[in-house]
Amino acid sequence: MSILVYIEQAEGNVKKTSLEAVSFANALAAQTGEGDVVAVALGTIGQKELAAIGKAGAAKVLHGADSKLDAGVIQAHASAVAQAFNLIGAKTLVLAKSSLGDAVAARLAIKLNAGLVSNVVELPKTDAGFVVKRSIYTGKAFAETTVTTDNKILAIKKNAIDLKQDGPDAKVESFDVAISDSDFVSKITATERATGDILLPEADIVVSGGRGLKGPENWGMVEEMAKTLGAATACSKPVSDLGWRPHHEHVGQTGIKVAPTLYIAIGISGAIQHLAGVNSSKCIVVINKDPDAPFFKAADYGIVGDAFEVVPKLNEAFKAEL
Amino acid sequence: MKILVCITHVPDTTSKIQFTADNTKFDTTGVQYIIGPYDDYALARAVELRDQASGKLTVLNVGEADSDPTLRKALAIGADEAIRVNSVPKDSYFVAQQIAHYAKEGAYDLILMGRESIDFNGGMVHGMVGELLGIPSFSPVMKLDIDGSTVKMVREIEGGKEMLEASLPLIAGCQEPIAEWKIPNMRGIMSARTKPLNVVESVSQETQAEASKYELPPAKGSVKLIDKDNVTELVKLLKNEAKVF
Ligand SMILES: Cc1cc2nc3c(=O)[nH]c(=O)nc-3n(C[C@H](O)[C@H](O)[C@H](O)COP(=O)(O)OP(=O)(O)OC[C@H]3O[C@@H](n4cnc5c(N)ncnc54)[C@H](O)[C@@H]3O)c2cc1C
Repeated sequence: MSILVYIEQAEGNVKKTSLEAVSFANALAAQTGEGDVVAVALGTIGQKELAAIGKAGAAKVLHGADSKLDAGVIQAHASAVAQAFNLIGAKTLVLAKSSLGDAVAARLAIKLNAGLVSNVVELPKTDAGFVVKRSIYTGKAFAETTVTTDNKILAIKKNAIDLKQDGPDAKVESFDVAISDSDFVSKITATERATGDILLPEADIVVSGGRGLKGPENWGMVEEMAKTLGAATACSKPVSDLGWRPHHEHVGQTGIKVAPTLYIAIGISGAIQHLAGVNSSKCIVVINKDPDAPFFKAADYGIVGDAFEVVPKLNEAFKAEL
Repeated sequence: MKILVCITHVPDTTSKIQFTADNTKFDTTGVQYIIGPYDDYALARAVELRDQASGKLTVLNVGEADSDPTLRKALAIGADEAIRVNSVPKDSYFVAQQIAHYAKEGAYDLILMGRESIDFNGGMVHGMVGELLGIPSFSPVMKLDIDGSTVKMVREIEGGKEMLEASLPLIAGCQEPIAEWKIPNMRGIMSARTKPLNVVESVSQETQAEASKYELPPAKGSVKLIDKDNVTELVKLLKNEAKVF
């Protein structure tokens, strides 16, 4: 019996978060002796890119190449993944938590009569029942969740597991997806992506600015730091509400939740709603001129100082080191 | 047009999260409950759409009697009637079944809810209800307009957005900036008292994945402060101690 992993792609490139899901499935298969890992990838993706999914731990990739599946039409993807699940007789489906992943997984929970756990942060305990640890209260706590169904779906939180990178290439097989018109009752008419940038939800390093930066004209130094570090840029909610930065950069309770290795917060107070979206970061650096800013309580490293003085100096120091 | 908005009854965003009874129960001491912030966006947009189309707007919550003030608030914001499915919301699957049952009975054209609750953050209920009812589901939706029978939406995707079209009936999990939150006014609060809040029993007890035990993250060590005139020290620490690059 194999574990199935749903692979997400953007313009033909497999998402890193999906490779993390493959590594998670690989470790789970080793733990339970559940057989190997089969990935299902949909839409136009190159053979090399598909075979490379093996590095993360998949033995085989089922490729549903129909270009109608390039765009992530939720119902169509749910239907295709259900077909792959049944085809290989899987009992467990693993995927990355994401805006498409969540939407697809929820429909699959019903289609496959599978208990679904989202925001999974570590491998399940499988010695007595199937107990999964997930993040709740927007990162402020964890819950152990007991899954009681035979079929199971796990949506993995970013950075919850180390990415395996030493596997052999996967065998790629084509997979005939039975596509019905009813899966395409909705139509994606256009897509707009932030171009050339590192995507915020997947970034390993995030440089974020708050209202302390005073205005959009001062973002140059934030972007410069992000460029030096290979990081994505983000902001607090008032900054996007004021239109200084695009909405999709706003992190927090009501914005995007990120879990990078390094989060650098510049001129952000650290209100609880902001922390809720960033508190899963492995390391937090705070630059704020107010020594009593609440963010310092959540930070690993901090500099008390004026951003306009500290950030340019820090940019020079990063450039010298990297 | 008949609109259903599903709302969660959740601890206020600033609540201190703690557990009791050997970490098996959420500690409600001193916790204030609110309409889920994402549900607030759904409700605000639903009020606007109902006003445009002169339809009827129902709010639904799966919860016990302590949810009633939250439902009254939704009525004060503009919903016409409320349904409370009298049961502890055990897991997403359980909640989705209740919603699907009442949604089918009410034959709603549009079902809106928040993209996720802020307690369990599952983000699954809209998709489950969609599949149970055999209608499309979309999330996270940041814009939704109805043009005849066509619904035009903007959905957030990682690092961008997607423009979509579909037909009613459908379900959307909402987030900002779909509408500005609405604050109840005096007239709304007064009229909410006389609007119907119907309590019904749950239709099934089935669950798939229930939380059994809770845990808090390990306490954060104290911050290491670095002098603002010595920023190279920070770079060294990030490299050698935190090993982030
Ligand atoms: C239901 C709800 C949901 C919310 N969701 C979110 C969310 O998702 N994300 C979010 O971010 N917020 C959210 N908020 C808002 C949140 O409560 C705060 O208002 C917000 O995070 C504050 O943003 P800020 O820190 O950029 O601005 P401010 O609170 O204005 O803080 C600016 C900080 O910059 C510092 N500063 C000023 N000048 C300088 C300088 N020259 N150099 C260095 N530091 C300087 C100040 O000391 C201050 O600490 C939400 C609020 C509510 C009620």
